[in-house]
Amino acid sequence: MIAVAAFYFFAFAAIASGLMVVASKNPVHSVLFLISAFIAASGLFVLMGAEYLAMLLVVVYVGAVAVLFLFVVMMLDVDFVEMKQGFLQYLPIGGAIAALVVVELIMVVFTWAFPSDADMRLAHPAPTAAETVADPNGPTNIEAIGLILYTDYIHYFQIAGVILLIAMIGAIILTFRTREGIKKQDPAKQVARRREEGVELVDIQSGQGLS
Amino acid sequence: MEIGLGHYLSVAGVLFAIGMAGIFLNRKNVIIILMSIELMLLAVNINLVAFSQFLGDLTGQIFAFMVLTVAAAEAAVGLAILVAFFRNRGDIAVEDANLMKN
Repeated sequence: MIAVAAFYFFAFAAIASGLMVVASKNPVHSVLFLISAFIAASGLFVLMGAEYLAMLLVVVYVGAVAVLFLFVVMMLDVDFVEMKQGFLQYLPIGGAIAALVVVELIMVVFTWAFPSDADMRLAHPAPTAAETVADPNGPTNIEAIGLILYTDYIHYFQIAGVILLIAMIGAIILTFRTREGIKKQDPAKQVARRREEGVELVDIQSGQGLS
Repeated sequence: MEIGLGHYLSVAGVLFAIGMAGIFLNRKNVIIILMSIELMLLAVNINLVAFSQFLGDLTGQIFAFMVLTVAAAEAAVGLAILVAFFRNRGDIAVEDANLMKN
């Protein structure tokens, strides 16, 4: 019963936050509702028994991506109210297409059935919730994921790392700029400096001063 | 009443449609478009985890993990492009983003 209530709570929180992301006038509010949507979704993940992904979602999205969005929204000096124009103009067509997609997806969902031999096709059987409760020392969700992530899926894991590296380099190069008029140290120039460039000997006649 | 696969897939479907509508409705604001894409990827993740759980196969969670990685990379690169675009143009209207055409 509690699980059912929790499901509906998180589901409606996720959908309402998603709607507000799209509809809210102020992009800062949009980002905050995006965070709320991700937290609700991680609640759904916990209900499904995928604790590791739930925590990952909170750490990666709420901790990194959403903050990045917030940072960019606040950094850009743009008139966001003016950007909202066209919202009502596109509302009929956009809403119609979205409603069509929802109907199609839900029709698929409720005509879907697992194949009768689905159990035999499993690549990596997961510990079910009942098994985890029955045997507290058995593999948990995160252990089971670790056992296959670093063995069978090690190449995917490493490719994921390469993707992140490339994204990092790409983001740095895209936003890198050389700015004029900045005082910088150039160690090579400092070392190559000679006495003649730095010191001028002036022979001053006595009583004349330096004009 | 038992919460089954269909319930989770319905939530994911609605979230996906909201994300898609967001792209249509906020055609001027790239930031909201990027956030809508994140919403759609989140819906995909919910689908993957739901199937993984109800089939009893962990592969789906590994896939969700990869989708999460790519989504994070996409957000970082997308926002970097946005910042570079803003520096060049002084605003972020998508409609004006046709410099390559002229």
